[in-house]
Amino acid sequence: MTGNSQAPDPEKEKRKIKSVKKMKEIMTNYYMEAKTAEQTGKKVAWITSGGPVEPLIVMDIIPVYPENHGAMIGASKMGGALCEKSEEMGYSRDLCSYARADIACAPVNGGPIGGLPRPDMLVCCNNICGTVLKWYEVQARYFNVPLFILDTPFSHTGFSDEARKYVRKQVDEYIDFLEMVCGKKCDYDRMAEVGKLSVQGQRLWQAVLDTAAHKPAPMSAFDAFFHLALIVTLRGTSVVVDYYTELLAEMKERTASGISAVPNEKYRLLWDNLPIWYRTKWLSEKFAAHDACLVADTYTSAWCGSLKYINENDFLGTMAEGYSRIYLNIGVDEMAETVMEMIDKYDADGLVMHSNRSCKPYSLGQYDIQRIVQEKRKIPTLMIEADMVDERSFAESQIETRIDAFMEVLKAG
Amino acid sequence: MNKLSLFHEIAENPYDYAKKVKKESGKKIVGYFCSYTPEEIIDAAGALPFRIFGRGGDSLADAHLQAYSCSLVRGALHDALSGDLDFLDGVVFPHTCDSIQRLSDIWRINVKTGFHIDAVLPVKLDTKSSGEYMADVLRKFLRDIENGLGVVISEDDLKSSVMKYNRIRSCLWKIYRTRRENPALIGSGDLHAIVRASMVMDRDHLLEELTAFDGSLHGGKAAGKPAGKRVMLAGGVCSLPDIFSIIEDSGGTVVGDDFCTGSRYFEGEIGINGDIMESIAKRYRERINCPAKHSGLLTRGEYIIKIVRESGAKGVIFLFLKFCDPHSFDYPYLKAMLNREGIPSMLFEMEEQLPSEGQFKTRCEAFLEMLQA
Ligand code: SF4
Ligand code: SF4
Repeated sequence: MTGNSQAPDPEKEKRKIKSVKKMKEIMTNYYMEAKTAEQTGKKVAWITSGGPVEPLIVMDIIPVYPENHGAMIGASKMGGALCEKSEEMGYSRDLCSYARADIACAPVNGGPIGGLPRPDMLVCCNNICGTVLKWYEVQARYFNVPLFILDTPFSHTGFSDEARKYVRKQVDEYIDFLEMVCGKKCDYDRMAEVGKLSVQGQRLWQAVLDTAAHKPAPMSAFDAFFHLALIVTLRGTSVVVDYYTELLAEMKERTASGISAVPNEKYRLLWDNLPIWYRTKWLSEKFAAHDACLVADTYTSAWCGSLKYINENDFLGTMAEGYSRIYLNIGVDEMAETVMEMIDKYDADGLVMHSNRSCKPYSLGQYDIQRIVQEKRKIPTLMIEADMVDERSFAESQIETRIDAFMEVLKAG
Repeated sequence: MNKLSLFHEIAENPYDYAKKVKKESGKKIVGYFCSYTPEEIIDAAGALPFRIFGRGGDSLADAHLQAYSCSLVRGALHDALSGDLDFLDGVVFPHTCDSIQRLSDIWRINVKTGFHIDAVLPVKLDTKSSGEYMADVLRKFLRDIENGLGVVISEDDLKSSVMKYNRIRSCLWKIYRTRRENPALIGSGDLHAIVRASMVMDRDHLLEELTAFDGSLHGGKAAGKPAGKRVMLAGGVCSLPDIFSIIEDSGGTVVGDDFCTGSRYFEGEIGINGDIMESIAKRYRERINCPAKHSGLLTRGEYIIKIVRESGAKGVIFLFLKFCDPHSFDYPYLKAMLNREGIPSMLFEMEEQLPSEGQFKTRCEAFLEMLQA
C-alpha cells in the first residue's frame, strides 16, 4: 500500500468539498439506524422521493427511500444486473429502472447495502409519476403491509380548487393512517416544529444551489447530485439544517477565495433530468476537460422549487399545494419557463438534456422544452439518450462524440 | 350482415365518418382519449364524443415524442399534427398514464384542434374523498364543456343522455353475452368492430343500429366461424381487428376481455335517481379499473379470473402496447394469479400499431394447441 501510492495532487485537494466526509457519516448513520429498526423497535416506512415525509418524522417512523436506494444501486453500477433480474421476474425492460432494481432487490436483499429494511408501511405520493403507484402496489403485495396513496392531481395549466380541497383532505387521512399503524396520536405541536425545520432545510438547500450563480461556480450539479440525499431523506430534521448551514458556509468561503468546481470554468451549462448515476464521474470529467461546468440542474432544485406555496406557520394547511405543484407535476410549458428562469439566474451558456428512457413524465416533452429554449434564449442544447440506473442503455462512444460536437458549437459561438 | 358492414365501415374509417356527420348535421365533434372520459356529458351538450385512435403513421410525432412512447400516443399526435383531426371542435384528455399526461401538454402547445380540456381525475378510486373529488371534477368538466361548446346543459339533457348511454351499454352487453353463449353467431372481428364503432358513432343512431342488430341475432344464422378454443384477452388498447381474426384463424375464439376498447367500455349502469353527477362519478369509480388507476391491490387479477370462469375461457392472452407502463407493471402479478388458478396465459407485446402477424400467429397457434379443448 505504501510504495507506489502517489502524493495527493494539491490542485485537486483544494477543490474537494470538505463537508463530503460529514455527509457520508450522516448517511451511514441514517442507513444503520434504518437497518437496525427491528432491534430498536422503530417502525419503517418506505416513501417516494416527492412524498411528504414530515408527518413520519413527527410520528418517529424511519423514512426509507427506495429511489435513493435506486440511485445508490446505479452509482455502484449494480443496476444492469438487478434490472436483468427483474426482467426474469416478468417486468418489461421499458419500465423505470429505479422500480425494476428495487423490485428485483427485495427478495434477495441485493444491492450495495444488502437491501432496504423491511417496511411496516408504504407511503406513495404520485406527484412525480404514475410509476410509483404501480411500483408501490407491487411492494404492498410482496411485503403485505398497508399502503397509503397521497393523490396529487396534475397541474397542466393550474391547480384547481377541487384539487386543493382533495389533497388537503388527504393530508388528514394520511395522519389518520399513521396514527392507526402506529397506535398513537399525532403531536401537532411537534408537527408545527418539523414543518418549520422542513422549510428551513429547503431554504438552505436552495441557498446552497444558488451559490453556483457565482462565477466561477464553487460547486457543480454533480456536487448537488451528491448532497441532495439529505434534503430527500431527512427533510424536517435539524440534521439537515445543521449540515446545509455548514455546506453553505463552505461554499461561501470557496467563492470568497475563488475556488471553483471546474479549474478553468469558461462554459456554464444547465443539466435537465435525473443524473446518469453510473457515469457521473465520467461525465463530470468529460465536461471539465472542455472547461465546462454544469452549474445547475432541474432535478436537485425540485426539492425546494415549490417553497413559494408553503407557509411555514401553517405547514399542514399549505403542504398540500406545495407537494402538488412540484416540478414534475406541472405542464411542459411551465417546465420550460422554469428552465429559462434557471438559465437566466445561473447565466448558462448551454443546456444539456438527459432523455431518460426510465422516466416518462420527466422526458416526454423535453423536445418541446428544447425547442422553446432555443427559440427564446438562443443557446445551444444537447440531448443525451440514456437511462439513470440501467447502464446497458448507455452508448459511450456515441455520447462522447455528441458532447464533443456540442462543445465545439459552444466554443465557436 | 348489412348492419355489420356499417359497423366495420365506421370502425375502419372513423375520420371520414365524423366529417360526414359534421357536414350533414352540423354537430360539433369532441375528440377524447381513454374510457374514463365522461362521454355522457359531451353527448348531453349536443356534441359527438369521438374516441381518438391513431391510424398507424407516427413520423410527425418524432419531433415531440421519444421513441419510447407507446404507438397509441405517437399515432394520435401524428394524426393531429398532420391535420387529419382538424374536424375536431375540441379535445378532452382525462388523466390516466404518464404518457397521456404529457401528450396533453404537447398537444396543447402544438396542435390546434379547438378547445382543450384536461379532466384531472383522481388516481385512486377506492376512498370517500377521491369519490367526492371525482364528482367535483365531473362538475368542473361540465362547466368546461359548456364553455368550450358555448351551450348550457340542463339537468334533463344530462338525464336523457345518461339513459341513452345506459341503453347503449346494456345492448352491447347483451350482444357480448349472446356471443359468449354461442360464439359462432358473431365473428370476433365483427364484435370488435361494433365496439370500436360505438365509440365514434352518433349515439342515437348507434342505439338504433345496436337494438336492430341485437334483435337480428335471435334465431339468426351463424355469421362467425365454428367456435374454436375459448380464450380471454387481457390488457391494453387494442385497435386491431386483425388480432381477432388471427386468433380465430389459429383455432381460437375470443369470449371475454378486459379491454377499455372492449367490455370495460360498456360495463356498469348509471343510476338516475339522486344527484346525477354523483351517479356518473360512481360508475366510473366502481367499474373495473384501468391499471393506471388504483382500486385495491388484487382487483384486476380477481376480475380476470372471474371473466375466465364465467366465459369458460381455457386461457388468457395478454396483449398490450410496448412502452405501456401501467399494463407492464401489472402483468407479472396477474400471470402469477392465473398460474395459481391453473389458467394458462401468454403475453404478446405489440411494437407498432400492426404486430408482426407471422410472429403473433405462430405464438397463438402454439398457445392454443396447448390449451384444453
Ligand atoms: S425516475 Fe421517473 S418514473 Fe422512475 S420513479 Fe422517478 S419520477 Fe417515477
Ligand atoms: S397504451 Fe398504455 S402507455 Fe399508451 S396511452 Fe394507454 S395506458 Fe398509456
